[in-house]
Amino acid sequence: MSVHATSSPLRTYFAVWVTLLIGTLLTYEVAKIDLGVFNSAVALTIACIKALLVALFFMHLRHASEKLLKVVVISTLFFLFILLALSMADYATRGTGASTVSFLITHITAILRA
Amino acid sequence: MRVTKRRSPLSDSNVAVQTSVHDDVHRPELLHHFADPQQQRDSASLGMWIFLGTEVMFFGGLFCAYLIYRIWYYADFAAASKSINAALGGTNTAVLICSSLTVVLAIWAAETSRRALMLAMLVLTMFFGLCFLGIKGVEYHDKFVEHHVPGPSFSFEHEQIPGHPGQYANPQHAEIFFALYFIMTGLHALHMIVGLGIFTWLFVMAWKGRFTPEYHTPLEIGGLYWHFVDIIWIYLFPLLYLIDRHP
Repeated sequence: MSVHATSSPLRTYFAVWVTLLIGTLLTYEVAKIDLGVFNSAVALTIACIKALLVALFFMHLRHASEKLLKVVVISTLFFLFILLALSMADYATRGTGASTVSFLITHITAILRA
Repeated sequence: MRVTKRRSPLSDSNVAVQTSVHDDVHRPELLHHFADPQQQRDSASLGMWIFLGTEVMFFGGLFCAYLIYRIWYYADFAAASKSINAALGGTNTAVLICSSLTVVLAIWAAETSRRALMLAMLVLTMFFGLCFLGIKGVEYHDKFVEHHVPGPSFSFEHEQIPGHPGQYANPQHAEIFFALYFIMTGLHALHMIVGLGIFTWLFVMAWKGRFTPEYHTPLEIGGLYWHFVDIIWIYLFPLLYLIDRHP
């Protein structure tokens, strides 16, 4: 292994590390700004980008040559999607929780409490 | 010497390898039931990824429960979330990200035969792990003092709902938030403690000189676990600490 070949992963690792720290600071600061329903969307987007960076570069998924490994990772995400999507589909279409839009829920709880 | 031609189940090509049954017993980088070192590494990493897949589903159930209650009781969740110290949570996120960096640096050090650096990075990883648990302990202590731990002494009276002056959170709904908070962060902390155990073992192995540029699979597998625990926290932080933080 030549010196040149081993110096490049280090640069990547430190770049990813700095990006992750900036992402953390960004999530923290953006949460203080009122974006309405988009607060959650922004927070989750940043979290997904951070998780992707960790998986691709720190867990070396980017250089994974093994096709079986990719099948495992993709099916994991797929089953997580089924778990969340089907559960939400159930709860969203029930009588009491008919509306899942958060601002409507806020109004309903406000009326109940009044 | 016995020549065997084996089709490797994990690589794309057929390989012909020379193996003898007994003279490779003391070569951890190529155990006799693997065709080549690459296949052995791929098998180990595949096994770990399958385990992580089951862990995703394990935490997935809790995230699902969180999501449903958060949609139902959004205002109460926001009020409860506001009572948690987000600065401590943010610091913990940074601490875990730093520990993930030291893990990849330890593996890089093993690949390039830098023994001292590898040992230092393993110690630093454990140090960051302990920092995380310490900060977590401070957070839990605050919650106990404030009577925000679900149970007989739970109290969340007259807590304002963010953005709705004069409205107070329903204590029963807030209790659900705190139950989820303690289960999810507690389970995550349990994973951190297991991770610290794994890294102690890795450190002992590294100290004994078991890891070489050819063979350091336990480091890579332990690293995968540590990064996974980091990813879980990356999601827990915004979901639990940062609901409706704006004034």
